[in-house]
Amino acid sequence: MGYLGTGTLTGTEPARAGGGAERPRLGWLRRLAASDDARRLGACVAGFLLLAVMTGPEGSSLAPTSGFSGSLLHPRVFAFIGLGVGLWALITAKRRYGDRARRLSEAISAAPRRLLPNRLARYGIYLVALAFAIVYPMALSQFWQNVLVDQIGVYVLLALGLNVVVGYAGLLDLGYIAFYAIGAYSAAYWTGALPVHPPITLNPFWAIPLAIFAAMLAGVILGAPTLRLRGDYLAIVTLGFGEIIQIVATNLQSVTGGSSGPASVIPHFSVNLLGVHYKWGLGDLPYYYLLLGFVVVILVTFHALEGSRVGRAWTAIREDEVAAESTGINVLKYKVMAFSIGASTSGFAGMLWASQVGYIDSTLFTVQLSILVLVLVIFGGMGSLPGAVVGAAVLQWFPWFLRVHPLFGFQPEDLFIYLGALLVVMMIFRPEGLLPSRRRKREISLAEHGEGTADAMTEPEGAEP
Amino acid sequence: MSVAAATRPEAAKVEGDLIIEVEGVTLSFGGLTCLSDVTLSQRRGEVLAVIGPNGAGKTSLFNCLTGVYKPQEGTITFRSRQGHASAVVGRRSLPLVARALEPGGIVPGWWMGWRAVNTKPHRVNRLGIARTFQTTRLFNALTAFENVKIGVESRQHTGPIGAMLRLPRARREEKESDARVVELLDFVGLLPRANELASSLPFGDRRRLEIARALGTRPELLLLDEPAAGTNPAEKLELAKLVRKVNGTGVSVLLIEHDMGLVMSLAERVIVLNFGKVIAAGTPSEVQRDPAVIEAYLGTSYRAREEKGQGP
Amino acid sequence: MCFSCFTQNFWNLLVLGLADGFLYALVAIGYTLVYGVLQLINFAHSEVFMSGAFAGYFILNGLIGTGSPHGLSSVAYVVIGIAGGACGGGVIAFLLERVAYRPLRRRHAPRLAFLISAIGASFFLYNLAGKEFGRDAVEIPAPFTNGPVFSIFGAQVTTYYIVIAVSAIAMLVILDRVVAGTRLGKGLRAVAQDAETASLMGVNIDRVVSQTFVLGGLLGGAAGFLFGLNTGVVYTMGFTPALKAFTAAVLGGIGNLRGAMVGGLLLGVVENFGAGLFGTQWRDVVSFGILVLVLLVRPTGLLGERLGRSA
Repeated sequence: MGYLGTGTLTGTEPARAGGGAERPRLGWLRRLAASDDARRLGACVAGFLLLAVMTGPEGSSLAPTSGFSGSLLHPRVFAFIGLGVGLWALITAKRRYGDRARRLSEAISAAPRRLLPNRLARYGIYLVALAFAIVYPMALSQFWQNVLVDQIGVYVLLALGLNVVVGYAGLLDLGYIAFYAIGAYSAAYWTGALPVHPPITLNPFWAIPLAIFAAMLAGVILGAPTLRLRGDYLAIVTLGFGEIIQIVATNLQSVTGGSSGPASVIPHFSVNLLGVHYKWGLGDLPYYYLLLGFVVVILVTFHALEGSRVGRAWTAIREDEVAAESTGINVLKYKVMAFSIGASTSGFAGMLWASQVGYIDSTLFTVQLSILVLVLVIFGGMGSLPGAVVGAAVLQWFPWFLRVHPLFGFQPEDLFIYLGALLVVMMIFRPEGLLPSRRRKREISLAEHGEGTADAMTEPEGAEP
Repeated sequence: MSVAAATRPEAAKVEGDLIIEVEGVTLSFGGLTCLSDVTLSQRRGEVLAVIGPNGAGKTSLFNCLTGVYKPQEGTITFRSRQGHASAVVGRRSLPLVARALEPGGIVPGWWMGWRAVNTKPHRVNRLGIARTFQTTRLFNALTAFENVKIGVESRQHTGPIGAMLRLPRARREEKESDARVVELLDFVGLLPRANELASSLPFGDRRRLEIARALGTRPELLLLDEPAAGTNPAEKLELAKLVRKVNGTGVSVLLIEHDMGLVMSLAERVIVLNFGKVIAAGTPSEVQRDPAVIEAYLGTSYRAREEKGQGP
Repeated sequence: MCFSCFTQNFWNLLVLGLADGFLYALVAIGYTLVYGVLQLINFAHSEVFMSGAFAGYFILNGLIGTGSPHGLSSVAYVVIGIAGGACGGGVIAFLLERVAYRPLRRRHAPRLAFLISAIGASFFLYNLAGKEFGRDAVEIPAPFTNGPVFSIFGAQVTTYYIVIAVSAIAMLVILDRVVAGTRLGKGLRAVAQDAETASLMGVNIDRVVSQTFVLGGLLGGAAGFLFGLNTGVVYTMGFTPALKAFTAAVLGGIGNLRGAMVGGLLLGVVENFGAGLFGTQWRDVVSFGILVLVLLVRPTGLLGERLGRSA
């Protein structure tokens, strides 16, 4: 138990195999605990038992153990243990006969990469994806069209915005939904739906720049002071900000309508320009195409941004803040820029969504949603535009799929258990995400070898001697 | 053996067309004084070397010059070619108004345009001072080309809107910077490796790349922090050639170095720091014979032996 | 704004603020300890707090049921509840370090990864608690009859406040001794000052980090139980107090143990004064405002960041 002065260089393994010799009675136990295979088996089985609890029945405060016993003292637990052992066997086999397996998996994962560097092929894939995104929704039922707009489309937009903050600039924004709320409330304000009336009532289309501006302003006001500080302070300040916006929206009843929302409805979009008259009605499909259009525009512009002077400056900051500063990059300016671009995208999404749904109240903008968007970005791959789109689409679609098919017995309230676990698992096993950006992946692996930081979390150096 | 000639520390201050003037800079962390009352100056176009044993305060001086540390006392004045002067001023020597405007605030000077006070690193770079680091700090996940491009682009003006919409100016600047990057990579001899990752370059090439990145920001003064540390003799020779070439383009060079051979072959003047103080200054050969310098580097016993004529 | 409400209730608000402040201090120490050794904010500390409250609830529910203890048995139940809460918090903190932090530490993952992993763990834990223990708030059976004991300047000091103050002070003193005097404390301070050197000197970093989490978890869990005695126990209860405790830690200087104690008390008082001035619904906004203000004006906190040297 010695901490100081024992003179042994202790490694990371909790029990050293050498300890077994001195204590013969517990030797086998120690050796077992020290064996990597045994520990891995333990971790696999424990993981799957946890999964058994997660998917099991609900408990209650009166019978706190009922949830656990219902899921663990049930024949199905054997299935989970079996899966755990199976996973362990798979891992062990991969470690033992790893070379062949690795070569195989590399060959598989290299196949699309060999295709992708070819520009033509890549654009071909994008075009096919776009065509699919245009045509396929027409064949969907009313329900799925609604999911596509409210749950997928809006969240793709949100994920794209947060991707700029987390992926490009390497900052953690946990109050992202606050800007969404600001966008939604400014949409409601400028279209005259709130109890307080604007100087002139506008069509939602004209409210777009105002909503974006409001969200961006909030981003700059919140970001400029906090972004000077260590990166994790930003995370906690934004977390608090997300909560505060909700409290303010609830308490300022006379301005926002509070938790029951404003009485009047936010109007739908309509165009009356250059002889074109069109009104977006209650149908979901027109909104879907509007969203799709915006998403495509944002994809193109953010792609340009990533490859530009600004994008490279963000990369430099992520890699080495001190070097970036002495290369003439105004670190604070670029951080605030990323933060407010993210904020305005979020505000824009909130604005679109508010006008589509027609109704907002303060209970909708929970901190949970901020984390949800974060999961979408992480899952897809930080800093990767296709990752953000695919990650958001897949993760938002899948729970609805489970919900609709009663076979799985999926309870919607449990969603965040899975999302939380997914974040941890992603960080442990695949921090670069599903479809990683090549640059980001390189950075993470370099950071793990002690070169560069891969985020913008370092303390500003030598601020005051 | 001749009696060693002493140089005066006051010789660190010279007259003429000065690019940088350091006046009475004192820097301390808590109770530890890194620099005490350091005064020196450099002429435009000169290669000046700062030497001194480990922990003498050389890198601290660099960090003050580049705005990473803010000295408690003293001023650092940098004069760019356009005649603008800017100064990093120690906190205690600041007028009250300027102290209120920190950090990085600018107060208008009543002479010579604007005066930057307590300048931040990126602003120092903008003024025309670029630096390299003792342990190279490149952007490792990027290619050599991109590394230099980041330096070049820091002098450009494309904003986020321009970049997103690829406005004409953004495209023009992109083309300009590409051309300049190729020029710079060619200058340091790394053009064939332009598309390799910075992390995969050999050590000597990383040093060159860092110099190219620094040159990309169009400096008038280049600060090199131990550029020869960890390089082999052949690379050292190449490096000396490169520094002379850089100096030939009109860039003044301020150099921290341990390798006396390199200092002798490059520097016009040498300033010696020990325990945060300037102890000697002069031409390389003068400094090399200075007893105070010999003492600082080799200890008193050596000096005593030499005075008895037993030195090597 | 209601200035007269504030002046009339000054002493009441002060007592209330100190009671809150003691709890914030206990939780803030968890943040500060982890920050000291890892230079990371433990975002999942709110769930340590919550699990302490649940552990205390289940133990007292089993022991007391519908009875109403008094006298010495009250004291015993309070101690048992605190110990149970502390154990609950400690266990969760230990698991948290093992699962969400250690694999990343082995890989030298970027700091962003740690924060994300901790946030994920926090969400996992509290939603799982919601699923397993029900989503409605429950009352902890009272181990003592709450009532006014004495009053200062018209402000009534109830049994609950005394319990909080006494137990918090006891725990803070013990902690101070542990950090200052034991081998664990020495290891902790060594790692806080320079982890690399400490490991070269034979300090087992993994063990110290693990014990630091547990130490913070014990205090956080105990605070959770004490908090739950008053407000009831629910799976979302950790979020707001933890955010405030973080504010307290920053206010006192994160990484500084005495700073966390002072910051906690100060924040508790100031927040309640703010609530008295602006109305209770603005309470959380006041403490958030303090957080932003501190970060703007004096990001190193009142006592400075230095776990290594002081404490």
